[in-house]
Amino acid sequence: MEKINDKMAKLTIKRLSPEEEFPDLSQHNNHMAKVLTQDMYTKLRDRATPNGFTIDGVIQTGIDNPGHPFIMTVGCVAGDEETYEVFKELLDPIIEDRHGGYKPTDKHKTDLNPDNLKGGDDLDPNYVISSRVRTGRSIRGFCLPPHCSRGERRGVEKMSVEALDSLSGDLKGKYYALKNMTDAEQQQLIDDHFLFDKPVSPLLLASGMARDWPDGRGIWHNDTKTFLVWVNEEDHLRVISMQKGGNMKEVFNRFCTGLTKIETLFKDKGTSFMWNEHLGYVLTCPSNLGTGLRAGVHVKIPNMSKHAKFEEVLKRLRLQKRGTGGVDTAAVGGTFDISNADRLGFSEVELVQMVVDGVKLLVEMEKKLEKGQSIDDLMPAQK
Amino acid sequence: MANNFARILSGKRNVGIMSLVGAGSLTAAFLLNREHVTAGAQVRRVYPASADYPDLRKHNNCMASHLTPAIYAKLVDKATPNGYTLDQAIQTGVDNPGHPFIKTVGMVAGDEESYEVFADLLDPVIKERHNGYDPQTMTHPTDLDSSKLKSGKFDERYVLSSRVRTGRSIRGLSLPPACTRAERREVEKVVVDALAGLKGDLAGTYYSLTHMTDQEQQQLIDDHFLFDKPVSPLLTCSGMARDWPDARGIWHNNTKTFLIWINEEDHTRVISMEKGGNMKRVFDRFCTGLKEVERLIQEKGWEFMWNERLGYILTCPSNLGTGLRAGVHVNLPKLSKDPRFTKILDNLRLQKRGTGGVDTAAVGSTFDISNLDRLGQSEVQLVQTVVDGVNYLIECEKKLEKGQDIKIPPPVRK
Repeated sequence: MEKINDKMAKLTIKRLSPEEEFPDLSQHNNHMAKVLTQDMYTKLRDRATPNGFTIDGVIQTGIDNPGHPFIMTVGCVAGDEETYEVFKELLDPIIEDRHGGYKPTDKHKTDLNPDNLKGGDDLDPNYVISSRVRTGRSIRGFCLPPHCSRGERRGVEKMSVEALDSLSGDLKGKYYALKNMTDAEQQQLIDDHFLFDKPVSPLLLASGMARDWPDGRGIWHNDTKTFLVWVNEEDHLRVISMQKGGNMKEVFNRFCTGLTKIETLFKDKGTSFMWNEHLGYVLTCPSNLGTGLRAGVHVKIPNMSKHAKFEEVLKRLRLQKRGTGGVDTAAVGGTFDISNADRLGFSEVELVQMVVDGVKLLVEMEKKLEKGQSIDDLMPAQK
Repeated sequence: MANNFARILSGKRNVGIMSLVGAGSLTAAFLLNREHVTAGAQVRRVYPASADYPDLRKHNNCMASHLTPAIYAKLVDKATPNGYTLDQAIQTGVDNPGHPFIKTVGMVAGDEESYEVFADLLDPVIKERHNGYDPQTMTHPTDLDSSKLKSGKFDERYVLSSRVRTGRSIRGLSLPPACTRAERREVEKVVVDALAGLKGDLAGTYYSLTHMTDQEQQQLIDDHFLFDKPVSPLLTCSGMARDWPDARGIWHNNTKTFLIWINEEDHTRVISMEKGGNMKRVFDRFCTGLKEVERLIQEKGWEFMWNERLGYILTCPSNLGTGLRAGVHVNLPKLSKDPRFTKILDNLRLQKRGTGGVDTAAVGSTFDISNLDRLGQSEVQLVQTVVDGVNYLIECEKKLEKGQDIKIPPPVRK
């Protein structure tokens, strides 16, 4: 029998039969559409998380967006931490498919010790234009962006800004709330390529995470502009460490130091990040579970990118290519964004190591191709 | 009020009303139980109303003008029997601070009961939008007897086309911002069944957006009939574009003069139109068609959402009453450049739009001219207003052509 929580109130939901409600996914190609059956839907639609998030909330973005030209999208989101438990029957197979066979019984390793990274400070800056590591964090006890109320979103902002304001040294910085920013501040943030705007991607809009924009949203960055935090965009927090050039080691050092400090600050306030030993860090999109980490470079590989084996090499190195505008863009002029393809089932250190080693190899291959030499003897084994 | 809800709850279909009761455990899921509920049911609240009150300081829409913290606190704990909440109703107005051409309403209804449960906010919004109409004291006249229309044939040297549109909602099913997929499909089924019963010059065909062939699609585009997934954030933020294009479609008669949109912004949008200036014939067909569709759905035990306080119930409060927009595309090269043009339109209770519709500007000197009002005047009265007004505009244009002066007419109503 269910326990009754005196904070909870009743929601009334009128429903017709589950057969009548089942979405038409015949034109769809995303992870949710591959997995969701009538039987599963019938079972799951009688449930809700303690915060009232339902199966229809989880899958709406996948129904509204049948497919994507460049990548196989997930097609569902979490509205709170409990979503991943309450709708396990749907999310576990999606996670397994998306994260390379990760099983419901598997355990995820977290390793944010930058000393464990080997090398990474010497990627050739003639090819590697910039280096960046990003992840996300969610604050336990608050609903996630698709489902949070305005009060919760403001609560996340307030807590995050308090924590960030107490950072010091080279992490010391300032918060710019989207709704209070002056024109001058806005222009500076645009020039620095820091400003994020209201999402236009229907993948994001359909999930409800852009409600009430720009209330509760903002950007924090340190004075040296190498550590940046987005508040209340697709996740509670997106944490980004970046700099020009190829010193990924330094980027990762700062990333780990900053994250660890922020986590300590939250613990001092009596809360923590959403994390568990099966899924690692819990974020809005199931594709970002585990480490939520994308470590990448902008690298000039015009010859390599035209080579017939380019895709094969990336696949073996467990790397992914994107345009320099990010996830929904194509590459311009031979410069690609190369990053780790995995998020879950590998630790942070392991993933950054893959990027460091992989990009080093790609640059070597590029240099060989420039000289008209073959790259056959450099072909890597599958990682 | 209770009678209204009781009738809806025991409606035509075996609809299960369920309630969700939450609990504190992190990993527990909750089963939904079957229970009858009444209007004003409780809503899950984690924060006090003051923490959730939206920041409307940069906003300019009717909702923002009337949503005080006190009204918000009073209504935010309530939900309609279908579970629709105040936060959902106002979301579009929070997300869209203003519009360049018009002061938008800034909120929608998720179901018929929204207009009761959230009356403390909706009544003042309605009053502002509908020129002082007070839903608490006034009643709305419905009159679809098109024989009462006088002199509805325009000079076709000026009027290029004539059109009358309205909307209708099916009682017992939630409106587009809140409906489930099954409810939406039910609306489609009910309406398409009824339309299949139309005969004579009203006989026609349904084209479902999901199943149309490329050829059908091209024909509908060429006829300027095809509607696409809305792009206006005013609409998408209210949730009415969910599950697109499931259960959306277009029906039109064989002569292409009577057209029905299913499940776009409303359950149905009904349009009668023709090239040229014969507004009388357009309005005749409009009334005949509407009454026939109503008769056909009533045969199956359904009815339209209507009450004498608010007339026909539609998603947007701006479309209450008649939901009627009667208009023409009219060429007024001289008058449109006259500085008195706007004042003349105001006094005639007319509105100008570009020929692309509500969010567009005019191209050249051809304008879409239609009635401003929707509620508090009957259909016959509003179409008469358009007929009289457009005739006046044409007279002004003719005078200006001859180099004569024109007069601003006295206001037709207070």
